[in-house]
Amino acid sequence: MQLYLPIAEVSVNAFLILGLGGIVGFLSGMFGVGGGFLITPLLFFIGVPPAVAVATGANQVVASSISGVLAQLRRKGVDFHMGTVLLVGGVVGSVVGVWVFSIMTRLGQIDLFVQLSYVIFLGLIGAMMFQESLRSLLRSRKPGAPIRRAHVHSWAHGLPFKMKFRASGLYISVIPPALIGASVGFLSAIMGVGGGFILVPAMIYLLGMPTKVVIGTSLFQIIFVTAFTTVMHAVTSQTVDMLLALVLILGGVIGAQIGTRVGVRLKAEQLRVLLSLLVMAVSIRIAVDLLVTPDELYSVAPVVLP
Amino acid sequence: MIRALALLLALALPAAGQEAIISGLSQNRVSITADFDGSEILIYGAVKRDAPPPVGAPLEVIITVEGPATPVAVRRKARVAGIWVNNASVTVDSAPSFYAVATTGPLRQILSDTDNLRYAITIERMIRAIGIAAEADKAGEFILALQRVRTDEGRYRILEGKVELTEDTLFRTDIMLPANLTEGEYKVRLFLLRDKRVVASQERLIGVRKEGLERFIFNLAQEQPLVYGLLSLALAALAGWGASAVFRLIRV
Repeated sequence: MQLYLPIAEVSVNAFLILGLGGIVGFLSGMFGVGGGFLITPLLFFIGVPPAVAVATGANQVVASSISGVLAQLRRKGVDFHMGTVLLVGGVVGSVVGVWVFSIMTRLGQIDLFVQLSYVIFLGLIGAMMFQESLRSLLRSRKPGAPIRRAHVHSWAHGLPFKMKFRASGLYISVIPPALIGASVGFLSAIMGVGGGFILVPAMIYLLGMPTKVVIGTSLFQIIFVTAFTTVMHAVTSQTVDMLLALVLILGGVIGAQIGTRVGVRLKAEQLRVLLSLLVMAVSIRIAVDLLVTPDELYSVAPVVLP
Repeated sequence: MIRALALLLALALPAAGQEAIISGLSQNRVSITADFDGSEILIYGAVKRDAPPPVGAPLEVIITVEGPATPVAVRRKARVAGIWVNNASVTVDSAPSFYAVATTGPLRQILSDTDNLRYAITIERMIRAIGIAAEADKAGEFILALQRVRTDEGRYRILEGKVELTEDTLFRTDIMLPANLTEGEYKVRLFLLRDKRVVASQERLIGVRKEGLERFIFNLAQEQPLVYGLLSLALAALAGWGASAVFRLIRV
């Protein structure tokens, strides 16, 4: 069944989009990530214009994050104080990101900019996660190995504006979480992702938050940052495709519920190795596009004359 | 007096053997609805004559369909520091979003350059690009690339020999409108030619519009972007909450 997308102005197969949403939802339910980093590049591949893919990807992440955060709320896995600090940073980052996005669109470099962001951030995070998870997988096989302390005092504890985060059991400065929030907000606007794949490791390793509140808190902040990004894109560039988002969400929520059940059966370390491999695969796939000589050197885009 | 008579004769002569077009379209509006997957338009017509057809050069027909024109940026990639980036661009003032030319024979053989220039029939004549030579070197290649890219997308088509002409009087052709159609007024032009010269022409319009849900979503996004953004969010929130509620019910 063909579906004409009113904003993207392309006709796509509705079942393809539904399946795409389903697969990404399955993975996001299994790994506890929003899945934006998969949805946006996949939309590029099927011919949705990059600007529409990024803005609509952000809208889809809102739905999957809300679904996830409700589950986390029931098991008290959300630190609202930390979430709010991250969020304030996130909104600032998002405003800057949307602004950079519109400048890059005008310069004709948005595709390159989005692709490079994907290659660099997914590549880095994927490689780091792979190395770390492989090590802990090996460690879990040898019992009696030394256990790493949950949090160590670092430079982050010497900064001013300290605040108590009761749910996380932390007393730290608000500057590091606000900065992390800002960088995630920026990436959310540029890449159409929630930024969970950056936020989760940053909260564990940089802020020293306990693992049980990390996913819930990251989802909490992602909901608001992607919601804000969606509205910003809708207002500045009219690139949110509601119909595309709805079909993606429909597939995604079903996939996510199935994914969650499969995820419970796998070990946490195995999950992290798999997720890191997936992240690296996406990064490599996009890098190949940048390195291989394209079939057509020219591209055509309608513009608005000043 | 004799000169005036000669002038009158000269004016009256072509009128005697004049040929005019009577035409019809299978549809004069195309609705883009949610399940729109391209559309085929039948353009047909007849040649009306007051006198027997002139002998000599055969009758030829050219039909063009032209979508709304917009300015476009054509960009060229080059390898910079190992990766492919856009590093040259040319802005074309106006290029149609869709253009099809259907004819009874090879364009070169049935249409003269002067009349092509006067009536702007081939695709090259429809692309208006002034002063692009200053924007990039080999600017002409950008125009060729624009035609090539849009031809590959099915937006530009040359359908030589696709107009059927029966008994030098009846003609018809089918034009496929692709699924990635832009909204607006589509101009259909019909030309009758003899001896490479246009002897009669006619213009008709086809209105292409998004309808129903598509119309509503597009208008809302353009006119009330804030409301649209908030509505998209509300739908996403509802779907997210709904899914988790439904699956919790199933699980219990």
